[in-house]
Amino acid sequence: MSSPAIEADRLVKHFGETVAVSDVSFAVAEGTVLGLLGPNGAGKTTTVRMMTTLTRPTSGTARVAGHDVLRQPDLVRRSMGLTGQAATVDELLTGRENLRFIGSLYGLSSSYVRRAGADLLERFSLADAADRVVKTYSGGMRRRLDLAVSLIATPPVLFLDEPTTGLDPRSRVELWQVLRGLVRDGTTLLLTTQYLEEADQLADRIVVIDRGQVIAEGTALELKDRSGTASLVLTVSRAADLPLARSLLAQHVSELHVDEAARQLTAPAEGLHDMTRVAAVFEGSEIELDDLGLKRPSLDDVFLSLTGHRAEPLSDDEPTEARAS
Amino acid sequence: MTTHTETHLTESGLARPEIRPTGLVRQSLAIVRRNLIHIKRMPEMLMDVTVQPVMFVLLFAYVFGGSIAVNGSPAGYREWLMAGIMGQTIAFASFVVAVGLTADLEKGIVDRMRSLPIRPSAVLVGRSISSLLHSSIGIVVMSLTGLVVGWRIRNGVLDALLAYGLLLLWGFAMIWVGILVGSAMRSVEAVNGLMFTTMFPITFLANTFAPTEHMVPWLRTIAEWNPISSLVQAVRQLWGNAEPAPAHAALPLHHPVLTTVIWTLAITAVMAPLAVRTFNRRTQQ
Repeated sequence: MSSPAIEADRLVKHFGETVAVSDVSFAVAEGTVLGLLGPNGAGKTTTVRMMTTLTRPTSGTARVAGHDVLRQPDLVRRSMGLTGQAATVDELLTGRENLRFIGSLYGLSSSYVRRAGADLLERFSLADAADRVVKTYSGGMRRRLDLAVSLIATPPVLFLDEPTTGLDPRSRVELWQVLRGLVRDGTTLLLTTQYLEEADQLADRIVVIDRGQVIAEGTALELKDRSGTASLVLTVSRAADLPLARSLLAQHVSELHVDEAARQLTAPAEGLHDMTRVAAVFEGSEIELDDLGLKRPSLDDVFLSLTGHRAEPLSDDEPTEARAS
Repeated sequence: MTTHTETHLTESGLARPEIRPTGLVRQSLAIVRRNLIHIKRMPEMLMDVTVQPVMFVLLFAYVFGGSIAVNGSPAGYREWLMAGIMGQTIAFASFVVAVGLTADLEKGIVDRMRSLPIRPSAVLVGRSISSLLHSSIGIVVMSLTGLVVGWRIRNGVLDALLAYGLLLLWGFAMIWVGILVGSAMRSVEAVNGLMFTTMFPITFLANTFAPTEHMVPWLRTIAEWNPISSLVQAVRQLWGNAEPAPAHAALPLHHPVLTTVIWTLAITAVMAPLAVRTFNRRTQQ
């Protein structure tokens, strides 16, 4: 397609003296996934709220499915679904009633809502819980229902604001599967996330924002390349071998970092050939190795090199194993 | 682009349903229906318009009833009391709106609705209609309770209907107060706190539960100018539960129907723009 499905055009948002978004522009091609990546308070949610007509930009505009958010808000709302940060489903309604409620607000016929709703409940493994009050749902089920509700009118564009925040790793992976399915069917997705792995897993392109500004844009691979070379990590079995290993390695690499506690030596590497070269060196020595590997920079490292601070989610109840390591 | 079939294929191959443009009425009714399901799921939500006023009727009628003398009420204080309790209950419509709106704002339901192709006003209209229904249930429950304890409508049907109409009109004005409070407060607890500490004294500092004649002069002036006193006096007279206000009463009580209409229009004129502005400011952040 020639025109992008989503376009942010110099979006700016001030709240009084506070600048929430200072200049954000990007475009998302139809049928692709854009990850809007940034730490808490970077301006992700405000950006999404402007693009979904919930907040009026101080300046700039956005287009969704070709419609301008300022001039054609109603057409924008017809073309998109939004799943907000907290699962915004009605706790006192059943899953089916939630779908019917939103479907009727969209102006869909009740026979259509009944059929499409049943399909969605089936697809998101909620068929068994369809007639239960949402209050009894688990966090993962609420998120899936929230997504199902956003899809009742089959919008071509879907905005997801931190869709997996607060989910356990298993529910998160399940939700990723669902999202991949949507993209396969042609939906354009914009998702905000604090999780680098999530952007890495789902997004075709990533826009990194920090303090209300776009600081980098590209594919996950491009961003990783930008943060420099990979490194070679070598772990010796006995701490006593560290000095010897160090002197051996120093003859082959330009730079070397020693971590005594972890019995680890780290050196910049170009690629796999560096690793095989170093492996050969240690092959003939007395030194026993626990591990030898090539570590590519993670998006975490990318974020660090771009912003000078880590992209840690601020809340401490988040599962950490889902982050790239 | 308009479609005439139920679904059509977009360029990307997604089957998309027809989104029919609907009006404010249909959208508001969808929201009302959802709010009524809430009441069905949590009937205790209706306690404020059922158990509480009935309890008030019984407590006031039997505890204070014997010691409060009222004029022009054939069945005595019990009959006189009914209009007061109904006035208070309908004033609490503001409470109902505020609690419901704050809960929806807090949980992101308002944002979800605003992200749909609906008229932004449907969110408030739907909430208001359901709150009026909610309060109307209270009016019905109390009318029935009143009949049990001896309250009767002693004037004509038209007067009786006019009284109920004034109660609803009052409820309409109170909705704007509720939208204002609901949009300004950050939590349901805050709404509860604010409304209890304001609405209770305001609805008591009037002719709702005790005649104003025996109050100290400054208090009596406040009570008789209290808008809710006009409403209660109007309803009482229309139902034939009280005599017209005595000559020494304050001006509003001599023309209670007219004053009630003026008060509701004035409250609406002041509160509605404030409420809408506060709501917009809150939601557009």
